[in-house]
Formats: sequence, structure tokens, C-alpha cells
Amino acid sequence: MSRILSRWLTVYAFLYIVFLYLPVIFLPIFSVNTSAVPQFPLAGFTSKWYVELPKTPALLDAAWNSLIVGLCAAVLSTILGICAARAVTRYRFRGRTVASGLIMAPLVLPEIILAVSLLIVILSLGLQLSLFTVILGHVLICIPYSVTVLNAGFEGFDRSLEEASADLGETAFGTFRRVTLPMVAPAIISSLLVSFTISLDEFIIAFFLAGTEVTLPVYIWGQLRFAARLPGVLALGTLLLVGSFILLSFAEIMRRRAQRRIQMGGAIA
Amino acid sequence: MTAAAERSGAASAHRIRRGTLLRSEQAQGIALISPTFLYALILLVAPVLVVIAHSFWTQDFLTIDRTFTLEQYRIALTEPIYRDLLARSLYISLTVSILTVFLAYPIAYYISFHGGAHKSLWLFVITIPFWTSYLLRVMSWKVILGYNGVLNSGLMGLGIIDEPSTSFLYNTNAVIITLTHAWAAFAVLPIFVSLEKVDRTLLEAAKDLGDGPIRSFLRVTLPLTLPGVISALLIVMIPTVGDYVTPKLVGGKDGVMIATAIETQFKRGANWPLGAALSVITMTVVTVMAASIVFVIRQAGRRVR
Repeated sequence: MSRILSRWLTVYAFLYIVFLYLPVIFLPIFSVNTSAVPQFPLAGFTSKWYVELPKTPALLDAAWNSLIVGLCAAVLSTILGICAARAVTRYRFRGRTVASGLIMAPLVLPEIILAVSLLIVILSLGLQLSLFTVILGHVLICIPYSVTVLNAGFEGFDRSLEEASADLGETAFGTFRRVTLPMVAPAIISSLLVSFTISLDEFIIAFFLAGTEVTLPVYIWGQLRFAARLPGVLALGTLLLVGSFILLSFAEIMRRRAQRRIQMGGAIA
Repeated sequence: MTAAAERSGAASAHRIRRGTLLRSEQAQGIALISPTFLYALILLVAPVLVVIAHSFWTQDFLTIDRTFTLEQYRIALTEPIYRDLLARSLYISLTVSILTVFLAYPIAYYISFHGGAHKSLWLFVITIPFWTSYLLRVMSWKVILGYNGVLNSGLMGLGIIDEPSTSFLYNTNAVIITLTHAWAAFAVLPIFVSLEKVDRTLLEAAKDLGDGPIRSFLRVTLPLTLPGVISALLIVMIPTVGDYVTPKLVGGKDGVMIATAIETQFKRGANWPLGAALSVITMTVVTVMAASIVFVIRQAGRRVR
């Protein structure tokens, strides 16, 4: 009985993976199709849509903007994430639940509401919409992910190592730099990569808060209105897909290394 | 302070030291979390409060009239268009969250109980599509469901239909399918985490006491994983209610959701107070819906036990 069940579960698991991947696979397929209309049977193989990409100045500008926004958002949200994750995993204090609840709140708010509320405040204060305002919004939505990744990295971290360092005469900052930081470095790198990827892909907030300088998703959104531009968008999407895949694989490897390092630290202690 | 500690006995010195230690732990914790907390306070709480304030005001061209009024709420709740959009958004987000959880539970179960050494690889494989561009994932559903799309050409190739069907794209179901796909990973993860916490000895006990696999699942595993199911439902339901991209790309006229109305008020329509009222209503209604679902599930869980 339970063997039959588990066999069906295995079948289901593979069907589920097919369901998850099927739509994504059409992007690369149609991005090398000669016909501009995405339909089967395929017309023929071409790389012309890829060749045209670097010849589009607006696209290059958008890519550059996304890179800047992504880097700033990743660094800022990781720094703020380190503060929060460290506070939550290291100290017991009153207001811990409330504070971390508020920090995680952007995860369960419709993004459009975050976007319009930031828009109202920014315009009411008389500030200009720019890449900077996009960064502010992106940091807000990246922090919950950073905190989750970093919490996992900081938890199970052996405090006695820090105490030993303090007993041996290191200052608090010295202990952090020479004991804590090397242990949690993989989690930090993983947080940077994850938040960069989120920022790179984020559309709604960038759509509302970007002024004249747009990010890649906002550029893509503009292109989607023109059926003829679709293959170019698919080619760009394929490149982004490969890029995110590499970044995330790297983040995953880092996360695993962090776990192993902490387990090893525990074993030594 | 040192002098005071010396004067009193050893016991009270100990108490004082513990007191300062606790106080400093309290202070250090708060000091450390405060930058992040303040960031969320300034960029999340304050703006949401500003939105709530705007929802009680009115706008005349470019100037905001700050006299308190419920006029925006009257418009938002009585105009049929807003009522329909809100009802449809709630229906879509509810359906999508239930669907994703139903589809995600078996896979989370499979990974947790049969994943063996490859659990984290499975999770990685499931989360990868979620990290690819959201816009393009929605776009690929358009490619699949469209008139010249993959589904139509496939069905025609198989001889199931004679001419392309227009009923796949530009309706509520297209929005539901696309969102269910887009939020799949979000539902798998919390359920997986709660399944991992299930004490396996309880299942052995149930088996020893004569429960079959289905009975022990219904009486042990499922009730113990309800918190995961609840958080999966909420983490899908609340954001999807305000989704903008999917209804715009695959929803057509019949799939428009409330986010489009909010966007119009803030961009072209330039009526911030009405947009604010629509946002507040959306937030409130989805919170109430989420809370009542949590309540119902908890009650049901208690009855099973």
C-alpha cells in the first residue's frame, strides 16, 4: 500500500517539476527561432536576436541601471540584514518579536501597495524619482530575504568561540572581524547574491519609482507592447535566466559551505 | 556602581551583575536591530500611514484637500467597477493560494519523506524557476496559451481541435494558471519546513497502534503540519491579491484586478485619495480573509485531533 503511494508520489514529483520548468523552457527555444511569432513548428535556427541586443542603446542603459541598483540594494540590504540577524540570533531582548515581525512584513504585503505608498511619500516630500528611490524600495523588499538567509547562517553558530576570543583579549570588533566574520562569510555572500537577483528581477517598485532612468524589467515591460520585439525580449530573458541561474547556484554552494563550516565548528567545540 | 557592589553581600553583588548583564543584553540587542528596524519604520510604516491619511482626503486637480471625508470609501465601495475588481481579485488570490498549496503539499511531502540525501538539491531545483524573471515567466504563459500558442498548435497537431481556441488566454483562468505557477515555490518551502519538524517516532507509534498510512497521515502528519499549510496559504494569498503584471499580460478584459485600478489612480487618473482608499480597502479585506482562513483551519485541525 505505502509502496504504491510512494511510487505515485515519485511520478507526481516529476510531473510537478515538468509543470515548473515547461514555461521557462520556451524562452530559450523561441529566442533562437527565425520567425518573430512564437509558435510551433519552429521556422529555423538563428542567433540574430542575440546579435541585435548589444546594438540597442536603451537596453544597455537599462542593464547598466539595473546593475547599479542591484549592487546598491544588495550591499545595503545585506548590511541591514546582518544587524537584524545578528541581533535576533545573538541577543534575547524585549521587542525582538515585534521588531523582526516588522522587518519581515514586506514579504506579506502586496508589492503594489508598497510601491504606491513609497511613491506618495517621495512625491509629497518634493523628491525626484530616480534610481536612488528605486534602491530605497528594493532594499526594503530584499531585507526579509537577506535576514532569512543570514539567520540560517548565524544560527547554530557556536558562541563559545566568540567567548574564547574575548577571554583571550580580543575587543568586540576584533572578535567580530576575526572570529565571527570568517564563519558567516558564506552566508553573507549568499545574502548578497540573493538580494541582487531579487532587485534585478523586481518590476512593480521599479515601475512606480523609476523616473526617466529605467531598470531592465521596466525596459522589458515597455518592449512587450510590440509583438515584433518579442524575440529580442526572449533572447534577453534567456540571458537573464542563465545569469540568475549561475548567481543562485553560486549562492547555494556558499550556503552549503556555511552550513558545513558551522557544523564543523560545532564538532570541534 | 563597583563601590555599591563591594558594600553589599556576595549574593546581591551577583544579582546586580546579572541585572546589568541582562540590561546590557537588552540594550545591545535593541541597538543592533535598530538600524534595520528604523529603516522598515521609515520606509514601510510611515508610508502606509501616509496612504491611510490620504484615503480620508480629496484631490482637486493637483492640490490635496486635507479635510476629513469618507467620500473615497463611498466611491470605492459603491461603484460597481471597483466592487467587481475587488471581488475578482479576492476570488483569484483565494483560488490561487488553495491551488498552490494543494499542488505543493505532495511534493513537499515527497521531498521530506522520500528525498533522502538529495533534499536540498530538490529544493534548489524547485526554487530555480521562481528566480527567473517574473515578467518573462508570465510572458511565456502568454506564448503557451495564446491564439497561435503552443497549447493550440499542440492540440491541433494531435487532432483534438480543428481551429485555434481563444478560450485559453485573456480570462480569469489564464490569470489563475499563471499565478499558480509563479507562486509554486513559495508554497512548497513553508510546508516542507513544517514536515521536517514532524517527529517520525509519532508516525511509527501510529503504525504500531494500527493506523494505516492514510489514517496516520490524516491524524498525525496533517494536523502537525497545519502551521506550514497556513503560512503557505498566506504567503501566496496576500501578495497575489495585488498582482499587477499577470492580469495585464494574460488577463485581458475579463481578468483585470484591483492593482490596475490602483495604478490608474496614481498614474494617469491622478486621484491619489481614491487610489489610497482602494489600497487600504484591499489590505483590510485581504487581512480579514486571511485571518478567517487561519481561524477556520485551526478549528478544523482541533476537531481532527
